[in-house]
Amino acid sequence: MTATAPAAPHGTTHEPGHAHGPHRNYVKIWGILVLLLVVSVVGPMLGIRWVMLVTAFGVALVKAYMVAKNFMHLDIEKPIVHWILLVALALMVLLYGALAPDVQKGAGQGWKKDAGFHHSFVTSKPHEAGGHEKPGAPPENAEHDKP
Amino acid sequence: MSVKTIATQRASMNIPTGRLAVWWVLVSEIVIFGGVLVSYLMHRLGHPEWGEQAAYTNLWAGAFNTLVLLSSSLSAVLAHQAAEKGDGPKAARLLYLTILGGLIFLIVKSFEWTHEIQEGFTLQAGGFWSYYYTAAGLHAFHVIAGMGVIAWVASSARKNQELHRVENVGIYWHFVDIVWIFLFPLLYIAK
Repeated sequence: MTATAPAAPHGTTHEPGHAHGPHRNYVKIWGILVLLLVVSVVGPMLGIRWVMLVTAFGVALVKAYMVAKNFMHLDIEKPIVHWILLVALALMVLLYGALAPDVQKGAGQGWKKDAGFHHSFVTSKPHEAGGHEKPGAPPENAEHDKP
Repeated sequence: MSVKTIATQRASMNIPTGRLAVWWVLVSEIVIFGGVLVSYLMHRLGHPEWGEQAAYTNLWAGAFNTLVLLSSSLSAVLAHQAAEKGDGPKAARLLYLTILGGLIFLIVKSFEWTHEIQEGFTLQAGGFWSYYYTAAGLHAFHVIAGMGVIAWVASSARKNQELHRVENVGIYWHFVDIVWIFLFPLLYIAK
């Protein structure tokens, strides 16, 4: 026969969270994050492209990792959490991979974006871009609409 | 009559229900912010001229706000530590500090935006500014929402009640911090 401890009434006590994880010096971790912030601000000031990429974006990745690991305690979180987060991140990569060729390239084999494509943001109305439709002319697909 | 929660622990995963729910929320947030950031990244790489527009953002304001959010994350995780030890009042005080961090962040942001709009850099000033206001605005909205939820959690933590929520709300706040960690170089540093 086994004895079990009586369950504490919900809401009056704290459920065990990550109390048994490794001891962390949060203030020290914060200090390192601030130091990395200084590096990410000073690095790009040198004006060298690769230094800017490493200090701005590389350091951002390190900072995000440190926050996720030490503050969100992802290192001792259950595997299911890692998996669902990875799926969401994979969707980001998929989005980039699927759309980047169209968005970033201006021309390819047998196709080329017209001159106005990249300026569509600043053109508020379609007719200002010099549309092909003449005033009063029927739409191009009017023929198909006939019974 | 008291209301009782039906399930506080997912037996199959051995994870508290509330914490699992927060992670699911964050997964949907990754999809939302991920969509905006990836879309921005693609357009930014396709438009080198956006660098000239990005040069007008205030690097020091962005850096200061990063420092503020990192510090508010520190107070959030220290609040979690206090809650683990059963010290609700201390956890509440640290959560109020986190809210203060969020408030300072929003004040700096509002000054920044006011100045930029007065200079003519509105939402319609160009592709870069459209993304700038959309991404930073969406993030600011999450800061405001987080401050509200943290205030609610702190009010019960002060009475030593529902202390497990301190960790849950902290996880959310750290995520908001991480999003800003990526927004800062994308919007303020890459010129």
